[in-house]
This record gives sequence, C-alpha cells and structure tokens, in this order.
Amino acid sequence: MSPARPEGLPAPADGALPTWVGDAASAGRFGVYLHVPFCTVRCGYCDFNTYTATELGGGASQVAFADTASLEIALAARTMREAGYPERSVSTVFFGGGTPTTLPATDLARLLGDVRTTWGLDADAEVTTEANPDSVSPEYLRVLAAAGFTRVSFGMQSAVPHVLATLERTHDPERIGDVVGWAHDAGLQVSLDLIYGTPGESLDDWRTSVDAAVAAGPDHVSAYALVVEAGTRMAGQVRRGELALPDEDDQATKYELADDLLTAAGFEWYEVSNWARRTPLDGPGTPATACRHNLAYWRGDDWWGIGPGAHSYLSGPMHDPRDDVFDTPDTPDTPDTPDAVASAAGLRWWNVKHPRRYAAALEQGHSPAAGREVLTDADAALERVMLGVRLREGLPIADLGPTARRNVAGNVAAGLLEGRAAVTGSAVLTRRGRLLADAVVRDLTDD
Amino acid sequence: MTPIPSAAETARIQPAATAPDLLRNFCIIAHIDHGKSTLADRMLQLTGVVDERAARAQYLDRMDIERERGITIKSQAVRMPWAVTDAAGVSTPYALNMIDTPGHVDFTYEVSRSLAACEGAVLLVDAAQGIEAQTLANLYLAMENDLAIIPVLNKIDLPAAQPEKYAEEIGGLVGVDPEDVLRVSGKTGAGVLELLDKIVATVPAPVGDADAPARAMIFDSVYDTYRGVVTYVRVVDGQLNPRERIVMMSTRATHDLLEIGVTSPEPIPTKGLGVGEVGYLITGVKDVRQSKVGDTVTNNAKPADEALGGYSDPKPMVFSGLYPIDGSDYPILRDALDKLKLNDAALVYEPESSVALGFGFRVGYLGLLHLEIVRERLEREFDLDLISTAPNVIYEVTMEDKTILTVTNPSEFPGGKIGEVREPIVKATILAPSEFIGAIMELCQTRRGDLQGMDYLSADRVELRYVLPLAEIVFDFFDQLKSKTRGYASLDYDVIGEQAADLVKVDILLQGEQVDAFSAIVHREKAYAYGVSMTGKLKDLIPRQQFEVPIQAAIGARVIARETIRAIRKDVLAKCYGGDISRKRKLLEKQKEGKKRMKTIGRVDVPQEAFIAALSSEQTEPKDKGKK
Repeated sequence: MSPARPEGLPAPADGALPTWVGDAASAGRFGVYLHVPFCTVRCGYCDFNTYTATELGGGASQVAFADTASLEIALAARTMREAGYPERSVSTVFFGGGTPTTLPATDLARLLGDVRTTWGLDADAEVTTEANPDSVSPEYLRVLAAAGFTRVSFGMQSAVPHVLATLERTHDPERIGDVVGWAHDAGLQVSLDLIYGTPGESLDDWRTSVDAAVAAGPDHVSAYALVVEAGTRMAGQVRRGELALPDEDDQATKYELADDLLTAAGFEWYEVSNWARRTPLDGPGTPATACRHNLAYWRGDDWWGIGPGAHSYLSGPMHDPRDDVFDTPDTPDTPDTPDAVASAAGLRWWNVKHPRRYAAALEQGHSPAAGREVLTDADAALERVMLGVRLREGLPIADLGPTARRNVAGNVAAGLLEGRAAVTGSAVLTRRGRLLADAVVRDLTDD
Repeated sequence: MTPIPSAAETARIQPAATAPDLLRNFCIIAHIDHGKSTLADRMLQLTGVVDERAARAQYLDRMDIERERGITIKSQAVRMPWAVTDAAGVSTPYALNMIDTPGHVDFTYEVSRSLAACEGAVLLVDAAQGIEAQTLANLYLAMENDLAIIPVLNKIDLPAAQPEKYAEEIGGLVGVDPEDVLRVSGKTGAGVLELLDKIVATVPAPVGDADAPARAMIFDSVYDTYRGVVTYVRVVDGQLNPRERIVMMSTRATHDLLEIGVTSPEPIPTKGLGVGEVGYLITGVKDVRQSKVGDTVTNNAKPADEALGGYSDPKPMVFSGLYPIDGSDYPILRDALDKLKLNDAALVYEPESSVALGFGFRVGYLGLLHLEIVRERLEREFDLDLISTAPNVIYEVTMEDKTILTVTNPSEFPGGKIGEVREPIVKATILAPSEFIGAIMELCQTRRGDLQGMDYLSADRVELRYVLPLAEIVFDFFDQLKSKTRGYASLDYDVIGEQAADLVKVDILLQGEQVDAFSAIVHREKAYAYGVSMTGKLKDLIPRQQFEVPIQAAIGARVIARETIRAIRKDVLAKCYGGDISRKRKLLEKQKEGKKRMKTIGRVDVPQEAFIAALSSEQTEPKDKGKK
C-alpha cells in the first residue's frame, strides 16, 4: 500500500460507520486486505508503508503484530454490524506489505483463521500473500496452503543481477524457478512481479527477465514501470545525478516487449499491468488465474484494509449513472461528515501509518483510522471509469456521460480503443491505448 | 540673519505679485539613486516650506511605484521662499521654483519641457558613483536650452565618496574648475544653504513681457481623482487670472479656470500667476489628453497670436500585446487601461486577439520603462496577472506598388512584394568603466550598432556614442549591457530618425498552424537564430501529444528552422490498487482542470503556461532535453 494519504475528514475514534454503507451492500462482494508493514531490508525505490525490525519495538513489533491486527478484525466486524452491514462472507483475502512472509507462516495462518471465524470465507475464496523469494521455504508454503492460502505472489522484479542491485533487492535470481516449483508443489497458484525501466536496464536485460519469469512457469505475471517516488532513497540518487531518471519511451518499448513475450507464452492481459495464463478450463472473459482480489478494486467492490496505513472502501447506494450522475449529483460536493449526508456513493478511509500508533489505537479500543472520505456520485463515477477502463473486460459505454460517449469515436480513430468492442458497447483499450490509458480516462470522464 | 524671508520680505514675493527679478526657476538633473529627492526634501526644510517633523521622505515622489523603484515619473513644482544678504548687509527675498524632472530615458520629451520651464539646472551627481548616461543626456539637453548649470556632488558623507575624482569629471563636462563644483550631502544638510544661495546668484531671472497676451507653457499634467486634471504651467508672458477663460493653443479648446495657484508644498490658490511664475491650473477636465505637455495656454478674450515653440504630441515608439492570464479578466484590463489613460497622455491601445493568448490589447508605449511601469501599475493597482508579448517598434513598409503600410504588430507585416522596410533608429549614449569597452562594442556590433564616437570622461570612464536600431534596444539590450559590464554601464537613447533595413517576418508554426504571438520582425541575418531559439523553446515547453508535432520557423513559405516534438508513447500509471485510488482520482481531477485550460492550435493542445514561459523566458539558446 502506498503511504501517500489523501487529505480527508477526521475519522471518529470509535470507527463508527454511517448506516448507509449497509444499504447497497447486497450488490457487491466483500474482500479483506491485510497490510504487514515489515521487511528485512528496505529497498531504495520503495515508498510503501514498511519498516525493518530495527526501526520498530514495543507493541509494534513483528511478534505482536498478529495480535494487534486481530484486534482490528474484531473492531471491523463490530462496526459493520452496528451500521447494519449485511452478513457477508469474504470472497478474497490479500496479504500485502511490506513482506508478509517476514512473519512466521503460523501468524499468517492465524490471521486468516480470524478472518474466517469473524466473517466466514467463501468456499472458493482466493487467498493470496505477497512473498519475497528468499523468505520462503517448501515447508513455509505447505503451512500456508494447509491454512487455506490459494495463491502466492513473489516479488521477482528482475532476473538480472545488476538491475536487482540497483533496486537493492537481495534475493538470488536463480532461486525463482525453485520457489515457483515449491509453491506449485504445495498447491498454490503463483504470480511473479516484475519491474521495468530501472536505471541501467537494457532492452536485452528486460527480455532476459521476462523470459526467466516465463520459464519459471507461473500462472500470473504483473509488470510495472518503475516510478521514482518522491522521498525514496532512489529519488535522492536521481537528484544527485547518481542514477538516471527512467525514460518513458524506453518503458513504453519494454511494456510492448513484455506484452509480446507474455502473449506468446500463453498469458493474456486482463489489466494494464497484469497478465494471467489462460487454461483450457477457462470460459470466455477474464481467466480464472487473474487475481480476483485486485479485480475487486478495479470493479469497485467493498473491502476492509487491516493494518497500518491500509485503505478501506465500502460502497453506498450509487444511483444509475445514466439517470443523473453526470448531470445533477444529488449528493453534495463536500459533505461535512459521513453522517451529515443521508447517503453517498461510498466511504473510504485509511489507517494511521506508523505501526506504533496503529497498535496504540487498537490497544486502547479505538479505531486506527486516520481520515475518511465520502464519495459523491460524481467521484464514484470518475473512479469507476478510471479503474474500469484499465480492464480487458472493458467499460460499458452506456455508463458514460454524454460528452464522454461522444469522445469514444475519437479514441477509436486514434487507435486507443478497440473498434470492434466499441461497436458492441464496450470501451476496451488497444495496446497503444493501454500505454496512453490516462489520456483515455481524461477523455472518457469529460463532462 | 535667517535666510527665511521676514514678513515684510514675504510680501514682496507673493504669487502674481513678484517681480520677475526675484524669481528663480530651476530643476535638478540627477540619476536614479543619486539623492535628488533627499536633497529636495532638505531644501524644503531649510526654506521652511515643510518643518523637520512633517518632512515626508521623498516628498516629491507621489506614486508608490516611483517611490519603490526610486524613480520619478511625473514632475511637479514647489515654490520656496529664500532670502540672500549681500555684502552690504541688505537682505533680498526670492521665490525659488524647484521643478522636478522625470528621471528616465523614455521621458525625454517631458524632460525637455521641464527644462524649458527653467533658467537653471542643478547637475546632481553621486560622489561615489560619478555621472550616468541618462544624466549626461539630460545635461546636454539643458545645455542646448541655455540653462545655467550648477554642478553639485551629493552624498559627500559616504565613506566611498571620491569627490576629487568626480569633481574633475563633471567640471570637465560643464566647463568649470573642479574647485567650483559644490559638495553637499542631502542627508546631513551639509552645503545645502550654500547651494540655495548659489542658485539665486547663478540662475538668471526669468524674462517676459508682462503686458503681452498671456502665454504659459504646460510642462506637466496629472490626473487627480478628486480634482480632475491638475495642469502645471510656467508663465512666459502676461498673466493668468482666476475664473478667466483660457485656450489650449494646439487644439483651440477653451476651459474656465476653476482654480489657479502654486504648490508650497500643498496647493495654495492664488490671485493668478505672472511673468516667470510657475504654478498649477484646474479646469475640471478629466483626461490629461486635454492638457498636453508642451502646449501653450493663453487667454480666450485676449489670445496670443503665436504659441510657444517646442510642442509635440507624445509618440509611442514601442508596442506589445498585453493579455490577461485569466481570460475572464479582459473587461477588468480594459477598464484599468481606460483609467490609466486619464493620467498618461502617451498611453495608446486597441483591442486585439491572439489564438494563443485570447483577447487582449495592442499597447503603445514611449519606451521600455514606460511599458514596465504601465504593466506593473496594472498588476498592482488592478490586481491583474498579465502576459506581454515581445515588444516591437513601428515599421514603415513600402510595397513594390509604392503603397505604404505602418506596422505596429508583426502579424500585420505584409506577405506580398515588399520594396523597402524602414525602422526607427536611436542615438545611444553608453557610459561605463573603460575596462568594458570591448564587451560593449561587441554587444553593439551584434545589435547592428554604428559607433559615432568615444570620449574619456576621466582616466577610467568612457562615453560611447552609437546609432542603433530601436528594435535592437527593446529586445533585452539593457539587460545584456548590464550583465556584460557587471552592472556598471548606463544607457541613454533618443529616437533620431529611421533607416531602411533588410527586415523579414519570421513566423512560428505548430503542426503547420501559425502561432500569432510568436511572429517577429527581425533582421534577415538574425532570422535563423530567432527561429532556432523559438522552436527550441517551444519544443521544451509544449507537452508531447499523441502524434508527432513539427514546430517550424518560416519566412513566408520558406522553413528556416525545425524541431519535432515526438509523440508521447506512455501516459499511464502502471500501478493502481486499493491504497492508490483516492490519490489517483485527485491527480485525474487536476489533470482535467489542466486540460480545460489548454489552448488548441490546430490539433495541438498547449497549456497557456507554455506560451507564457516561451514569451517571458530569458533563455535564448535552445536546450536539449537530453532524452534519447
């Protein structure tokens, strides 16, 4: 989870939710995100909310983390119940970080157990953890699988030693094939994360990394362009001229190469930066190996984020956008408090970032939320386009506002949207469109 | 005996009742910062016109802008009593009129009218800095007008003062013994009494025919919100009286004199103004254009046959487009210009529109300082954010068919068969330490300058005289001169005529569409450099589009420089998960705001900021962004 926190309204100490979050809940699925804010070392490019063991102590320590997070799970269930949120079992669970696998497998298993006993877990629930290739063993992975985990996502980043060194990643690239094998042996699906555009990475280096990822035999690959985030050690290196800023044209070329190689190896893009292997059992549409938890974010489903800095989102009774969203939003632009409005399109909040403050709040029986945001229909509509257009399954053109609908043709003509999909009522990005997706979003949210 | 006149003596120097031989009209010629205002304040105190406690710093400079910039734009006049006791012990009262002069190059005409209202001038020079070019130019102007010159070194209290050195310098210029150069300190008052005595002794009394029809020269007019236009005059012949009907001789317009008086230092109505006197008139008019500097005022019932010489209409020499950064401020800008115009006879403007910048005005100014002052007043007093296009001069274009066009905007430059283009030229005087001669000559050379002569003012200070095209001066010449001489050089210039030159219009095209705000009329030899510089700047400033955008500089149909903005290939944030959504939505909202503010040239979306940056950027060399 990114630490950059939007400015918002203060969150109540008891974490009470407005009752309208329960109203529309029957429509969506419910997921749980667990943020484990620990790493053995912090990588230079990383701006996520994570800490090394030496940076923390007391109730914020790794040893106490599962106990603390467990308190938030209880608080979540209580406040949802009090707001009238309907009984709902969990469809997807995602452990992110940080490096969740710096915790003992039994801690992760225990937290998943808490989720299961608190809300219930769908029979076919997807349960993923992120992992560092050098922090797992066959035994560790077997414990996770036995506890109900179904999927593991390894931070591979690159197969090239000098690129890993620039990223300050410590794992041995040779290990990737082994860990993928161990995970499969344990019955887990595997995703590999890659980063392209690292300073000093050649096109051949990138080809080597994608080939190595494919050769390791994962079910899913994510590939992200490196972004030098303000405040990271890498940003300092760039500022001092020690590293070159990633070049966007080079990143575009690498994206296209990755898409070619992955497609040739039987993967399909289902989101701008995500590819899933299609299996013979898949029907049409998004392959089953896609990450369902992430799909829930892009589709606007509900989720609760447990852990320091985690964001949560519960939708409200959204109106049919074709009726009035683009003309006269019937919720105020800047509602004062969530309870001051009879209803809204959604409620989002985020927890305090530091593990110590997070632990302190929960130990005192308070909500760890730091701030909240009430989404108007217009906000929610904007987010729906912004997120939905990233997906291969596309966005119904009928859901767009009148000006945006008129802009579809221009985007088809410019080669950014698929013409065939547009004819059948969907806005689906072409490959060129995927690289220029933000421009498409600006056009499709014109009012 | 006090030099302030006694009651009996004061009776002899009442306005409208003072014998001309008891009058002394003088001005102070000085450079910005050489202490004119401080000296004037000191004189007001010593003559009892203002007391110590009431003395406001820099009394004569009324407008804030002038005060902050340390310059005087508008001249005014103050009447001060002074008594001088001769060797025989006889005290004689005098009325001294101190006429303030504008201190800058753009206001040469106003300066000349102020000088014409005087018989003498105090040449005031900072004893630590020596004479500056504008002061020298005004000194020459005063000498041409046969004014008695009193050379004075100011700030002799400063540790850095070098009175011997500079006394020699200005003594040489004026033609007096360095020993006779007065040394004063406006700050401490040292030498100021002696200076007042010297003014009485040296400046000739005014001469005029008291019985002739009235003739008074307007040397300034100022708009006052409460009183309308206040006109400052120097009476040459006859007398002006309250409540009579007057005529402005250039326009034959008549007005009733609602009030006539002198300033000392507040306006005091009087029974009139007689030969040689200096004072103000109020007629109730609301626009300074009805009271033109240099015009002659006479009596309607008994008019003079002939106006005083030296009148001319203010003529704008430099033009530039002025646009509100926020297009919705256009009506505010229009009203603001209408208001400024009431107090600025030289300001002319007409509406124009630009594809790049929207609606604005083409504004004519006397010169660059005038441009800066007007723009600053508009921004400050009317709270406007403005962008001005590169200044240009007036060109006279003769077509092959002999039709003649006057061009004040590059976009009006004709495209057909051109016979000849004429441009205004100036006589420029540059003063600088002699170590910079080489650098100055090099600069003037690149600006098509023609060296007329060079003189040493002292062992290490030199005066260079050039003829230069005005167009070369209005484009950052002064900044360049300052930077090449570490700030030591000073510049004065005066338009002296025009010349034919090989001038061409360079257009800038964005994907084949002309961008009007960037067209420029330049010398053929510099067209390429301008083209390369402007296309390079725009390449760096205009965001990449989804298609390749050529930026060309062209003379007519001939392309002389070209840059290409490569198509953008990636415009997407790779990652977007639960914790990023709010941040990303806000980013998107911001981008959408930016998109609304884009100007579209052809198919190319350009943020207005890019145009503004290209117009205001000092950078002249195109820079490579260093991308692969």
